[in-house]
Amino acid sequence: MKVFMLGWEFPPFISGGLGTACYGLTKAMNHLGIEVVFVLPQSVDIPQNTHVKMLTPRSVSHGNPAGHAYPELGHVRIKTIDSPLQAYKTPDEYQQQLQALIDLKRSKHRISEVHGQEVIDELLHMHGNDSLRSGHYGGDMFSEVHRYAGSAVRLALEEDFDVVHAHDWMTYPAGIAVSAVTGKPLVVHIHSTEFDRSGEHVNQGIYDIERRGLHAADRVIAVSYLTRNIVISRYGVPGEKIEVVYNGVESTGRPNWNFSPTPIRSDEKIVLFLGRITMQKGPEYFLMAAKKVLEEMENVKFVMAGSGDMMQRTIEMAAEMGIGHKVLFTGFLHGEDVQRVYKMADLYVMPSVSEPFGIAPLEALNHDVPVLISKQSGVSEVLTHVLKVDFWDVVEMANKIVAVLKYPPLQMTLREHGNFEVRRLRWADAAEKCGRIYDELLVLV
Amino acid sequence: MPTICFYFQVHQPFRLRHYTVFERSSSYFDEFKNASICRKVANKCYLPTNRLLLETIRRFDGRFRIAFSITGVLMEQFEKYCPEVISTFDALAQTGCVEFLAETYYHSLSFLYSPTEFVEQVEQQVRKIETMFGQSPRVFRNTELIYNNDLARLVESMGRFDGIITEGADHILGHRNANFVYRPPNSERIKLLLKNYSLSDDIAFRFSNRHWESYPLTADKFAQWVNSVNGNGHVVNLFMDYETFGEHQWEDTGIFQFMAHLPEKVLQHPDNNFMTPTEVFAAYPAMDVVDVPHIISWADTERDLSAWLGNAMQSNALHEVYRLEKLIKNVRDERLLADWRRLQTSDHFYYMCTKYFSDGDVHKYFNPYDSPYDSYINFMNVLDNLKRRCNLLAAERVSQSLS
Repeated sequence: MKVFMLGWEFPPFISGGLGTACYGLTKAMNHLGIEVVFVLPQSVDIPQNTHVKMLTPRSVSHGNPAGHAYPELGHVRIKTIDSPLQAYKTPDEYQQQLQALIDLKRSKHRISEVHGQEVIDELLHMHGNDSLRSGHYGGDMFSEVHRYAGSAVRLALEEDFDVVHAHDWMTYPAGIAVSAVTGKPLVVHIHSTEFDRSGEHVNQGIYDIERRGLHAADRVIAVSYLTRNIVISRYGVPGEKIEVVYNGVESTGRPNWNFSPTPIRSDEKIVLFLGRITMQKGPEYFLMAAKKVLEEMENVKFVMAGSGDMMQRTIEMAAEMGIGHKVLFTGFLHGEDVQRVYKMADLYVMPSVSEPFGIAPLEALNHDVPVLISKQSGVSEVLTHVLKVDFWDVVEMANKIVAVLKYPPLQMTLREHGNFEVRRLRWADAAEKCGRIYDELLVLV
Repeated sequence: MPTICFYFQVHQPFRLRHYTVFERSSSYFDEFKNASICRKVANKCYLPTNRLLLETIRRFDGRFRIAFSITGVLMEQFEKYCPEVISTFDALAQTGCVEFLAETYYHSLSFLYSPTEFVEQVEQQVRKIETMFGQSPRVFRNTELIYNNDLARLVESMGRFDGIITEGADHILGHRNANFVYRPPNSERIKLLLKNYSLSDDIAFRFSNRHWESYPLTADKFAQWVNSVNGNGHVVNLFMDYETFGEHQWEDTGIFQFMAHLPEKVLQHPDNNFMTPTEVFAAYPAMDVVDVPHIISWADTERDLSAWLGNAMQSNALHEVYRLEKLIKNVRDERLLADWRRLQTSDHFYYMCTKYFSDGDVHKYFNPYDSPYDSYINFMNVLDNLKRRCNLLAAERVSQSLS
């Protein structure tokens, strides 16, 4: 079994659940002996002669996505396509990013304003006959997504595989194209829908691409029944071709805490929000609950770790509510800082408005932190030893936060059972289920 | 010549309403939910089964005899929400073929935490039975059939009981079987009746199970099993929740027809008869001593306390409740005392059980909460408020006595 996988982000640079899921799933597939050609976009500052860099995980020395070696991925070959596409970016952010890239090139090449237009042209326009260089970055996100598809097809023609597996909307056009050209069945994996990210204010362009991908697919993998229902009701996809495959979590065993103590006083309780600060994640509900909690208890700090397009507004909101001194914003955390913040936390809260799955709570449980999640999350379908609340019910959210801080046996029981339960959610099971879906498709063909 | 001894447990707790930490109200119980559950179960189980048993008793002219234990908290609810149930129980009491047992009024675990409180609740229950049904209980059963040697000693010291009912757990019996009367070690007066859990559970749990090899269970078949005890026992103790009839086993399973025909089939054999626990104690001698140093109960397969005292939340909640005893009793406020005692009902702690929680089993069916954690949070918030009220009152009393 050989899979052509169109995915996102490999460690060490992972900005969220999508990258974590791609990596976890691929690693587990590798373990099962499924061969994977893993294709991901990678922005390169200076356009090179080819858009495609061929890499194997064994080439430790140079050239792979992050100069990083993956000895654990023996059956996986990673290929990058030069593209500024990134997980979680919106079309507007793409525009800004492209502008930044153009500015960067200008300064690097010391090109005067007079010649600036040429650089932009070079970046954005097709340059005729050179078949290896048939496209440059798309001027907007949508044309870039389609340009990416073209590059993926060229890459795919050099490969031999049985099935195409595409993760989230930006890779769907690539998936459709590769499947059409090679005649191999297409599996699209949906980690989040436009309705999760944007509520009712959907971007029509993105919705259209998602819908096309979901309909073109021979099989759709949704990360939860919550997402499956959205795919059925909002995208009109027949339910019989949608399978639910839950995400897993890498079991790290008991966390190993050995770093310097933090400056926060030990008699202060810490309630943690860790995730992107965007509308989807419900940061304002976290603040409203925090305010309510502070009416009842004094010695609590609320830590918001992460960044996102609502960060500024959230900081302002905390100040307006008069709880600015009780809410700490850390920005996006990496590596050991994540460990550190988990170590401090008495409770992890995920107040998401709409969360297709939600890997972060699993990681919190893995770090022995009890968890409060919104009922509007896919992960609440698989976790029982956690507290659950409707995201809009801030009084109940506050009630449960206070309870965890006030009654140590609650925290203890949640932690004990939760840590045990989370160990049953393994990527191996997710990979096995994907493998079964591939097998079914190949029988059909 | 086996005697059949039927005893039915009749109980519903005062369920708590949703109570957040931000509330200050002193009304803790969900009137609406308790009323509707009480009426629902009355219509599905208590009323039709009482009617059926009354007819059967009359039909057999006193040869069909049974026993009930109705908790004080449920009798309070009957009086409040469906008094007609009380009158049907009273009609049963008037036949002279029905015995009422004693237990803790609040269906509590007080035996484990406070002997004083335990005795007070048992006395309260005895008084309630006397006023409601005009008889004084002579036999005691503890909440969830929780039992050990210490309980026997404590109950004997109360001076009003002939015997105790408990579970016929395999490990206390060894090679013996549950079909005899036993007695606890070092006891003069107290005898023991042990539940025949196999035959009891055939009715209470397995009756409608289509995968059970003996399905469908008929009155004929069951009478055969009872007859086969002949020669190896005096009494078959069939103890079960009264809600078995119509609530756990729905009407369409045929449970009512089964019960309607059972007495007739049992009495076809001339050696068989029905007796109430007190009558059994009078009729048969204790055959042996049963030593129970460790606590047993009738719950789950473990037959232990783990359903109420199996995790840190449960033990914390229970300790916190009983820690208030002295304070509560010092302020001498009737309402406060009643609220505190209603919080002792074992169901509240059963809801916090995390055993089997992820597998979703019988525990869930009886649980008004989505999760054991929710039930603990709710309970602790209520208890916190109770504590606050108690402290306020105590402070008032002090300032009154000073002025």
